[in-house]
Amino acid sequence: MRAGRSLAAALALPLLLIAVWWVTTLDNTNPFVPKPGRLVDDFVEVWLGSLLWDQVVPSLTRLAIGLVSAIVGGIALGVVIGSNRIVRKLVSPLLEFIRAVPPPVLLPVLLLLLGIDDSSKVFLIALGCLWPILLNTVDGVRSVDEVLSDTTRTYGITGWDRMRFFVLPAALPRIATGIRLALPISIILMVVSEMYAVTGGGLGSQIILFQRTFQNGPMWAGILVLGLLGVALAFLFRVFERSMLGWYHGQREAEFSDR
Amino acid sequence: MTGDISTARGGDRPLLSVQQLQKIYPTSAGPVEAVRDLTFDLHAGEFVCLVGPSGSGKTTLLKCISGLMAPTSGRVLVDGQLVDGPPRNMALVFQEYGRSLYPWLRVQANVELPLRAAGVPKAERAERVTEALEAVGLDHVPQSYPWQLSGGMQQRVAIARAVAYRPEVLLMDEPFAAVDAQTRADLEDLVRSVWRKLGLTVLFVTHDIDESVYLGERVVVLSSSPTIVQEDLSIDLPRDRDQLETRSLPRFVELRHHVYEQIQRAKRGFNADAAAPTV
Repeated sequence: MRAGRSLAAALALPLLLIAVWWVTTLDNTNPFVPKPGRLVDDFVEVWLGSLLWDQVVPSLTRLAIGLVSAIVGGIALGVVIGSNRIVRKLVSPLLEFIRAVPPPVLLPVLLLLLGIDDSSKVFLIALGCLWPILLNTVDGVRSVDEVLSDTTRTYGITGWDRMRFFVLPAALPRIATGIRLALPISIILMVVSEMYAVTGGGLGSQIILFQRTFQNGPMWAGILVLGLLGVALAFLFRVFERSMLGWYHGQREAEFSDR
Repeated sequence: MTGDISTARGGDRPLLSVQQLQKIYPTSAGPVEAVRDLTFDLHAGEFVCLVGPSGSGKTTLLKCISGLMAPTSGRVLVDGQLVDGPPRNMALVFQEYGRSLYPWLRVQANVELPLRAAGVPKAERAERVTEALEAVGLDHVPQSYPWQLSGGMQQRVAIARAVAYRPEVLLMDEPFAAVDAQTRADLEDLVRSVWRKLGLTVLFVTHDIDESVYLGERVVVLSSSPTIVQEDLSIDLPRDRDQLETRSLPRFVELRHHVYEQIQRAKRGFNADAAAPTV
């Protein structure tokens, strides 16, 4: 009942907008203006056919590898930088510099260095997604509660035990924030890199191809695929957050109701 | 382990020995001497309360004893061993119960974690956790999260965790300062009963004069900062204590009166240093 109601609330506005879109484009004959009915047909015929395997799957693979590398690398580096003051002082200026460089600008360089195949695209996605995760992990590790830290020390919990039972869980809310920020970046960089280096297929290169060959319907449907991908990632993230951070939201609710 | 523990161990060597402890903090406005010269001993099985005016370096002292902070000079010995890091046979209960429990772990896991890190086998862990939770009257909530419990219950979880760890010395840093008066009375009696049942050695820091006299077998009165021991007072009240009866005994009133005067003297005596930052 409750799930049904929240689903209805989530779908109400999109459905309304689609209805408006459908009504206003009913009599439109301009070939560049997409129509809802046509879009669904193109989506099913073009994208759910052979393109799914040839173009969508390679994109998703790059996205997954890049994102997972960024998460693993960002957390690992963030923990090291966050828990060591000297390392932090040494690398902070460098991090600020690299972070200020927009990742897409590195693509030509990466193509030269890593070649035009998947590795440069995956690397770009990983690099772009690394920053929000890394910086949030550093903050999360630095801001662990002092009393809880003392508690952990007095009970002789050190090394890896301290890491997995105390530091990582304590920093997890911030790490999750970093991952949430990285999700849209990963999709953007995936598309940009595929549009720029059109080898090995992919959503970005396919959409560009449709656009250049005046296949507007399939092009719009490709954009729909990207939108759905974003929704799917956000959904997966919420599932992860619910299972891992239930304690965090519960605690905040408890604190809030005290006041 | 039951019965009269304070004489069970015997021996002359104190379990905890604080010798000429001094702590000076470097600050941007120059060094601040929080603790000047503290010397006192705790024998196995004792229940000693440390009481002093607020800002008398009590927390600094506890941090030095528990090995969280190195003293500027002097030393702390536990069982004859020099403390230079958190010792294995010591547990510390903080005032801020809300910040000393792991919010991502359930009550049972909170109590269990130190044992797990210490490599205690699983079956024994489960037994000790259950025992400790029973001892503090919380065996009905092992699957709750700490933040789902009231403040008093959270502090019970912290006490259970300390008890399950089986320390020789239990340090408590104003543990009941942040709970309401009724809960406080319950927790005071709980700590006394756990102390007697399990034969712990307790060093209980408080700023509450009544509490120190009610709980302790001995009360060490500290001066204002920079801190020295102003008086070491033996509390000759019956071992069985009761919130109503003990507190209305003429002897309790006398002792309370005496400690109160000492604290007032401490405040006056060190007026010149009253400007020192609270530590």
